[in-house]
Amino acid sequence: MNENEYKIQAKNVDVYYGDKKALSNINLSIIPNTITAFIGPSGCGKSTFLRLLNRMNDYIDVFSMKGTITIDGKDIYKPKVLVEDLRTNVGMVFQKPNPFPKSIFENVAYGLKIQGVKDKKFISERVEIALKQAALWEEVKDDLKKSALSLSGGQQQRLCIARALAVDPDVILMDEPTSSLDPISTAKIEDLIFELKEKYTIVMVTHNMQQAGRISDHTAFFYMGELIEFGKTTEIFTNPKQTKTQNYITGRFG
Amino acid sequence: MNKIQINRIKDQSFGILGLLATLSGLVLLSFFIGQIFYEGCSRIDFNFLQDLPSRKPEKAGIFTAWTGTLWVLCLTTLFAFPLGVSAGIYLEEYLKKSKLADLLEINISNLAGVPSIIYGLLGLEIFGRILHLKNSLLAGALTLALLILPIIIVATREAIRAVPNSLRMASYGLGASKWQTIWNQVLPASLGGILTGVILAISRAVGETAPLIVIGALAYVPFAPSSPMDEFTVLPIQIFNWISRPQHGFSVNAAAAIIILLGITFTMNGIAMLLRSKWQKKINW
Repeated sequence: MNENEYKIQAKNVDVYYGDKKALSNINLSIIPNTITAFIGPSGCGKSTFLRLLNRMNDYIDVFSMKGTITIDGKDIYKPKVLVEDLRTNVGMVFQKPNPFPKSIFENVAYGLKIQGVKDKKFISERVEIALKQAALWEEVKDDLKKSALSLSGGQQQRLCIARALAVDPDVILMDEPTSSLDPISTAKIEDLIFELKEKYTIVMVTHNMQQAGRISDHTAFFYMGELIEFGKTTEIFTNPKQTKTQNYITGRFG
Repeated sequence: MNKIQINRIKDQSFGILGLLATLSGLVLLSFFIGQIFYEGCSRIDFNFLQDLPSRKPEKAGIFTAWTGTLWVLCLTTLFAFPLGVSAGIYLEEYLKKSKLADLLEINISNLAGVPSIIYGLLGLEIFGRILHLKNSLLAGALTLALLILPIIIVATREAIRAVPNSLRMASYGLGASKWQTIWNQVLPASLGGILTGVILAISRAVGETAPLIVIGALAYVPFAPSSPMDEFTVLPIQIFNWISRPQHGFSVNAAAAIIILLGITFTMNGIAMLLRSKWQKKINW
């Protein structure tokens, strides 16, 4: 595949938290409109790597990195890059649903409002589209003014997805999006993620091996800050090249 | 008697001891308040609020004192609120962890414990003499603002720290800048706590006497202040002055003034409690 066709490319990425090396020499390329799952035991660096892609690690005082990460061919760690711009292009859904303590409507409209969008009609259109994309519209269309905190956990997480979609990103990062949800909500979110890949490039961290197997196209296995193996999900799960990967997937450690 | 029974008895006796400890403060306070009300209640009428000070106790009123208190309250809030809250936001959201930051933090906590008379001396020197504000309302309000600044800063920081970090991350994740995140998420979520702290700090300032005596607030001001540059007095000073006089009539006046002062501080504390419960109902994580 041609270099320019990759959505996200990481080259020789090292990450340090103070003196501690959290990631070493990560090289990874992600194709547009695919779902990539990061798996690995806790503390292996997969969430750290995910947060590199929208520069959320910048908020950790002792964080530093080497190497390059490009999105659409542009280095996102160049000094003149505006992180606010980057994050409207690379949305994020967090591990625990974290809606703002505001109404459902205001939650979804927030990203547009901080961009300075004033057109009320445009905002309400975008809110409706985003809620429909997140498969939440039917459940909340009559109480958009209700507090987002009155929704169930699964609904809150779909609201957070809608909130990320409303600013029209290209890439969506998900950090264990279903780890705090029950099986039914999890199934709904998985269906949703699967549908979203038509329009978006999705990168997710998951602790749930079955989930990675069910919905992802590619899987990356991280272990002790290194990328052990990266490839098609079917191959990683049926025919891993590394014994570490095989041991982890079959549940022998981790 | 076995071990368990002995433990039971210890248990019960501590319960009684604790009750006594709790009541001792309350009983004394209610005795004091009862005494004050018994003595002063009948003295409060419209004329008492409207009269100027006088040598005759039955003619003296607290008009200059309560208007002075109101002026001081408003001016102090005007200075201390924006400064204190901004400093709190800066320390909590902007300042990175460092040796200097630790030093700043320790010093602000220390400032909150400095005796108020020291603030009075500081105010006298800086505002009264160097800035030539003399014994004006402005000098008094600035001094009190300085006094309650550390309290407001600490309260602001605590309220901001209670806002879950996931909220900030959600906002940053959508492309919000630091200030947008603070303005749209952090401040609304912490406003209840901040306002509570500010009101409690101001109600402390209203009761302060020592620093204002040092500044030169007078007990006898024959007219109500009409601008920040005027001389002034406040309720606590008026009370202090009346109490120290020999005639019985003045101690009745003092009791009545104390009731008014208590009314002001209790009202403010009540507002603070109301705000807190209202915000807690609105935001529950």
